Amino acid sequence: MSSEVARGRILFSTLVALVLTILPLPPAGEYIRPSFLVLTVLYWSVAAPRTAGVGLGWFAGLLLDVFQGPVLGQHALVLALVSFITALEHQRIRSKPMFQQSLIVLFVLAFYNGVVLAIDGWTGHPLPNPLLWIQCATGALIWAPAATLLAQGRRV
Amino acid sequence: MAAFGTGGSRSQVRGPSLGFRFTLYAILSIVVMFLDQRHGWLEQARYLLQAGAYPLQVAVNSPSTAWNWLSESFQSRDALRAENARLHKEQHELELRSMRYDALARENGELRGLKEALPPVADRWLAAEIVTDSHRQRILINRGTTNGVFRAQVVMDDKGVIGQTVHVGPWSAEVILITNQEHAIPVTIERTGLRTIAVGAGDESNPNLLGLPYLPGNADVKVGDQLVTSGLGGVFPAGYPVGRVIEVHRDAVQPLAQVRATPYADVDKDREVMLVWFREDHPAAPAAATTTDLKVGNKSLQPQPTPPPRPKATAPAAQPETPATPAPATNTTAPHPANSSAGARKPTSPSGTVNPPPAPSSNRGTGSAPASAEAAPATKEPAPVEAPKNPTTEPPADAPRNP
Repeated sequence: MSSEVARGRILFSTLVALVLTILPLPPAGEYIRPSFLVLTVLYWSVAAPRTAGVGLGWFAGLLLDVFQGPVLGQHALVLALVSFITALEHQRIRSKPMFQQSLIVLFVLAFYNGVVLAIDGWTGHPLPNPLLWIQCATGALIWAPAATLLAQGRRV
Repeated sequence: MAAFGTGGSRSQVRGPSLGFRFTLYAILSIVVMFLDQRHGWLEQARYLLQAGAYPLQVAVNSPSTAWNWLSESFQSRDALRAENARLHKEQHELELRSMRYDALARENGELRGLKEALPPVADRWLAAEIVTDSHRQRILINRGTTNGVFRAQVVMDDKGVIGQTVHVGPWSAEVILITNQEHAIPVTIERTGLRTIAVGAGDESNPNLLGLPYLPGNADVKVGDQLVTSGLGGVFPAGYPVGRVIEVHRDAVQPLAQVRATPYADVDKDREVMLVWFREDHPAAPAAATTTDLKVGNKSLQPQPTPPPRPKATAPAAQPETPATPAPATNTTAPHPANSSAGARKPTSPSGTVNPPPAPSSNRGTGSAPASAEAAPATKEPAPVEAPKNPTTEPPADAPRNP
């Protein structure tokens, strides 16, 4: 697979994930909806750490900031951090069975949320509803199908 | 793993390179955050980003827009007719009311000894549609700088104040709602004339509430009191309806009363809002033309112990070549101390609105302290240009404005 094609696929899936993330939903849906963009970035930094990696995380995070964040650069920093960690450990994560991967994803999403909240508090913005932690669980649940779907895209 | 294809043949990620890239990006984002948060230096970048983001936002929102359009266009004839009748009736009512208003305005002008009634403070209106409704108590509207929208512009609906613009792009603008925890609006209790600040309550069960966290326990406020804008703070003009008090809780232990109000505006139901331009030389106009003047004022205020209420005579001096010009804008923009302690308020302890924050006591006597330069323009600060009131003493804030 040429890296050009892979890059196009990565960008496309990231765009789709962004649309899914900012799609307006009723409040209940907002809390349940997993952060598709973070999941996609996680997947690509595990699957293609050299092509995607930190840069993809940073730009995806910046997009999140533009659409949702009160501070520019907040999600960019945290998503870059998360994708850095997962790209470092991509071999280890890859070799795990799907269930353990989901657990890792749960942990990573919780870490992500925690750092975002810390920056919220540090910059003096109100903390979002604590129900947003549900996102971590739904994200971990959806990891297996999402990873399979993204892998299908890779095989084509 | 199947999910990752045949990744085994891939070469190892080069550790130092990855770490180096991450360090670069981390530094970059911290710099961006700092600039965005502290100085508002990224307005230009924000403008471009907002321009780029707008098409996607419209596209993402198009399904619901399409659904609304469809359901509207397939409304039955009867429903349309009923609505038409209702609107006719409403229009008649409003016309009658506005007739009365004209008479009152004329009478008011006579009482004030003016030759003719003042024009209304609202100069121009522009309807805008809400594009997206975010859960963070901010909305995006479909008007931007190409329509003349500016930053910190007042946004209303037909019932009352909704909020003000925070970031303005070429075709869109982000509006922070008055029910946002980070927003504060200076209000007057209509019945008593008591001035205070209404901030977003930030309730999790009902986010569309206002709190009045700076009222002392013995303040004269009761359920049903009307809140109108007080005209202080430089953004909202005086006399526009904001909300109604729905809950007053006095606790003997707490020095401050806990007061909740519900906004008149249908903050959560609106699909269309109004952007308003105000006459700057009108007595009811907001005090400051905008934030840049405040900035300048702050710089000059910095070393001075007392707030100099700038007399009108200084305005022509600023423009020596046209001494006859009354320079209305600068007249009204004398930096008044109401803005002075805006920076002193702790923005956002999440519990700040539930338990009265200690801000009032720390603000005591800061009437003459200059505002920090960021407080006025950085609308992410909770009270963009508004100051929390000292709850126990009559604030000196209004003295220069209403001599």
